Amino acid sequence: MAALVRALYEGAFNLFEKPMQMLQYSLGAHRMAWVFLLPNLLIFGLFTYLPIMLNVWYASTSGDRILLGDRDWVGTANFATLLDCGSYLDPNTCRRDLFWRAVHNTGWFVVLQVGFMILLSLIAALILNRNIPLKGFFRAVFFYPVLLSPVVVALIWKWILQRNGVLNAGMDWAGMDTVNWLLDPSWAFFWIVFVSIWANMGFYVLILLAGLQAIPGDVYEAAEMDGTPAWRQLFRITLPLLTPTLLVVMVLSLIRAVQAFDEIYVLTGGGPGSATTLLIQYIYDVGFATRPRQFGLAAAASLLMAGVLLVLTLLQLAATRKRAEEG
Amino acid sequence: MLRFLTQRRGRDRLDMTDWIAFGVLGLGVFLMLGPVLWLVLSSFKTEAALQEYPPRLLPLAPQFVEVEGFETALQRFRVISGEHEGRELAQIRRVGLNAQMIDPANPEERLNVHINDREAVRAVQVETENYTGLFTRFNFLLYFWNSTFITVVATVLTVLFNSMAAFALAKYRFTGRTSVFLLIIATLMIPPTVTLVPLFLVVSQMGLINSPWAVIWPAIATPTGVFLLRQYMLTIPDDLLDAARMDNASEWRVYWKIVLPLSAPALAVLIIFSVMWRWNEFLWPLIVLNRSEVFTLQLALNSFQGELQTAWSSLLAMTVLTLLPITLVFAFLQKFITQGIAQSGVK
Amino acid sequence: MRKTIAVSALALMTAGASQAQELRFMCYQDGNECDAWAAAFQTFEAENDGITVVVDVVPYQAIIESLPIQLEVGEGPDLARVTDYGGLARFMLDVRPHVSDPDMIEARYGPSLAWARVGDNAPDGIYNIVDQLTATGGFANATLFEQAGVDMPAPGSSWAEWADASRAVRDATGIDFAMAIDRTGHRFAAPAMSFGAALFNEDGEALVIDDGFRNFSEQFVAWHEDGTMARDVWAGAGGGTYQDAAGEFINANLAMYYSGSWQIGRFGRDIGDAFDWVATGSVCGPEACTGMPGGAGIVGLNHTEHPEAVGKLMEFVARDDVQAQVLAQTRNLPANAELQANGIDYQDVTPEVAAALTAFAASVPNFSETAYALQGYQFNRAVYTNIPARLTQAIVGELTLSEALDRLEQDVADAIAEAR
Repeated sequence: MAALVRALYEGAFNLFEKPMQMLQYSLGAHRMAWVFLLPNLLIFGLFTYLPIMLNVWYASTSGDRILLGDRDWVGTANFATLLDCGSYLDPNTCRRDLFWRAVHNTGWFVVLQVGFMILLSLIAALILNRNIPLKGFFRAVFFYPVLLSPVVVALIWKWILQRNGVLNAGMDWAGMDTVNWLLDPSWAFFWIVFVSIWANMGFYVLILLAGLQAIPGDVYEAAEMDGTPAWRQLFRITLPLLTPTLLVVMVLSLIRAVQAFDEIYVLTGGGPGSATTLLIQYIYDVGFATRPRQFGLAAAASLLMAGVLLVLTLLQLAATRKRAEEG
Repeated sequence: MLRFLTQRRGRDRLDMTDWIAFGVLGLGVFLMLGPVLWLVLSSFKTEAALQEYPPRLLPLAPQFVEVEGFETALQRFRVISGEHEGRELAQIRRVGLNAQMIDPANPEERLNVHINDREAVRAVQVETENYTGLFTRFNFLLYFWNSTFITVVATVLTVLFNSMAAFALAKYRFTGRTSVFLLIIATLMIPPTVTLVPLFLVVSQMGLINSPWAVIWPAIATPTGVFLLRQYMLTIPDDLLDAARMDNASEWRVYWKIVLPLSAPALAVLIIFSVMWRWNEFLWPLIVLNRSEVFTLQLALNSFQGELQTAWSSLLAMTVLTLLPITLVFAFLQKFITQGIAQSGVK
Repeated sequence: MRKTIAVSALALMTAGASQAQELRFMCYQDGNECDAWAAAFQTFEAENDGITVVVDVVPYQAIIESLPIQLEVGEGPDLARVTDYGGLARFMLDVRPHVSDPDMIEARYGPSLAWARVGDNAPDGIYNIVDQLTATGGFANATLFEQAGVDMPAPGSSWAEWADASRAVRDATGIDFAMAIDRTGHRFAAPAMSFGAALFNEDGEALVIDDGFRNFSEQFVAWHEDGTMARDVWAGAGGGTYQDAAGEFINANLAMYYSGSWQIGRFGRDIGDAFDWVATGSVCGPEACTGMPGGAGIVGLNHTEHPEAVGKLMEFVARDDVQAQVLAQTRNLPANAELQANGIDYQDVTPEVAAALTAFAASVPNFSETAYALQGYQFNRAVYTNIPARLTQAIVGELTLSEALDRLEQDVADAIAEAR
């Protein structure tokens, strides 16, 4: 098996070496960067940028048709509808109150979920990086929920959280009062944060685990010899050297939290009422689930969201860059 | 105090930090794996047992007994109160609130028991039909092959293209580098749910509908992959690359023979992600694949969901089956995540 | 399904050689509908040399979300099993020119044929053959009523009587819930109409919030406040999410459950001998005693390259003997008038299941005209999904009822305006 992989690896190298050398000869080593970028950019252009541009067209038109020519141009009317509010703090004053309820919910969700997600996955990754017995098994355990489909994740947690579920059975056994977890808006919100961390944490643990390998071991050995205490090693060595990877985790977890949808949708359906309705569910509901579809509105909402996300991400990138320069 | 987080290599004997670490891990196993194990156990339950609550851990099924003079087997009950308390009887029929019961050892005598005075005798019984049914119900092997083809091809291309782009972005200085990087990151901002429809227009214009390539092509340029690999490659020292260039190594050789092997941990992570994404992908194949010859396992799995009802027993069994291959992939690849620079002796 | 695959492989091989026509049928199933049709199509293939039918079994989500998108760009199957007749109407094929006896089909499927005759479709066109007629109605746990010593309300009783009786049962037996209604506007519409809701204005547009609608909404919210209705069903979800209470009923934790005929097979299988249950038929309000019709049907799609073959297949699907045979296996109610009159010999069903099937079938002819109008309304999905979204907000207290009803009216109007 290993030999086969090695042979394939060598074979692929030889296959591309000649043409790549020719390219380097004719273009110069410097321009090779674009050669390396080209395949990725071509695919991006066709399957990502083109659809995004079409999405802008959808946002500027109305109707429930999909073909671009069948849609009526309305300019910024869809954005105006979404932003039509007496006060942005009170969804009830908005024309599309559910959109603003979703915005509020998503804001709280992101604050809670991203914070805990980063903290917990960092702790898990640091522990899993230790030289402990059964390493492989423990890693698999933390990663496993990521592999489950959202339908199955929601089903499992429904079994646990429902009125006669496992959690209430346990609390009853321990002599505590049972709670109808998914019927209480605050508890339901707590549980969607919990379940989404449960279902996605393994993703970030794995990224952090890989990042930890890039830290050379002798840095720690030197610190040990200097008698640097453990907690100081963590903040002086591990975290700074992990910054590039931590940035990946921060950016991805923020984006994915804003775009959280699947397992939450199947678990609570956005309820009770609209207590756990997040932005993507709103977009999905208006654009896909109900008929006639309001594609234009859905596309406009997604562009608004993308705009906010872009600003937040740029802030994150700028902040880490600044810190790297200072440090 | 925080030593259990920073300690990297275990010594010969376990110390305090090891115990804390194990404590955290134990809690992790309980929280993360408990629900999954329950899922596996539940996949052996009957449809009726899945509906039951409070939900039970083990697949329990009612027990039946053959009694002389009756064509079909009768269900066994334990009488828990009333006149016949403590006896184990078989039920002939239930009329309203009363059950007509019989003692299998003494089939002559008919007994009347109130339904609240009896409790079904149940024993662990594994419902393997949930699994065997899958193979007779549809062409499992064909769907398995379709999923495998898409996953393998897409993963190979993803890793190749993404690592090339990441190499360019991490190890070259050229005008437009930051813009390209931001442009790639920016594609993460638009939720995939929304671009589904415009993407479908593009793919159908290319005539790819009902071809596995309709799933493969749009999937392989993942911004996550480029971002992840680029950040990892930033930590590889430039001196190594320059030393190789001094020896007249081509850029391709630098990339393939130096940067790729040193990025093994990040590549392993991306391979795991890519395999998982493609293997579990549902919404997009649902739109572009609508002929059963090209169906993937996820499409078959979800076909147990109707408008008003879902066949959970089959769906769970299918879920467990589809989990097995990626479990193996993970078990194989996770070793490489920790075989990075730290171990290879390169600084 | 194996056979279908084999048939399709064969079809692919012979496609080049002869002028064989392959029809693709996209099918979803709640139980075994697609399997039953796949078996029946073997007869069709034997009778019609050169036409093969491939059944592609898909999740319901594919029918409701993917199929319309595929059809709009000219992709997709030749036939499909669908429920959203209004939304797909413009893609449907009128098979009237391709069937030998359109009048026979008209005579048997008249009321449900009207569901697809909307928008620009021909008023006499034959677009859909319904193979699973559904009727909403109640189920009651007779054993719980007996245990509680409460008399079960007779057929034709009112919602108020059922509410009183099932509350009494709940209190006497200690079960969790008295009543429950599935979380969808389709189920909600039936009692609303029984309370006098007209739903449509003079121009035939929904949704009108009149006194009837308002009265039932008030009653419905009040029933949630006083605990008559199982809160978990409506208040446990948000948006237009569908949620049923079948699990509660099967576990004998619910005295009266308002759902529909499609639950019968499942109850027969999962309840078994655990308790006695009966179908209540339509439940009455102050103004009427109606349920809602509904159902899945098979439609031909107008981009097909083989319209005549599709016509032949639709005619086959509509045939009395074929419907009788398939419905006997799937245990669904017939939309076919002939079969409604003569009854269907369902395969191995218990007396309870048979009685329930009969009770539901008998209620269908008495459904109100408004009920049929709503089921045949082009934009009925906007009504079905927005009702639960807004009423739940009133139930959990996010909005007052009158705010919720105003928003509901506006939501439906906005959605319909998008399609005009």
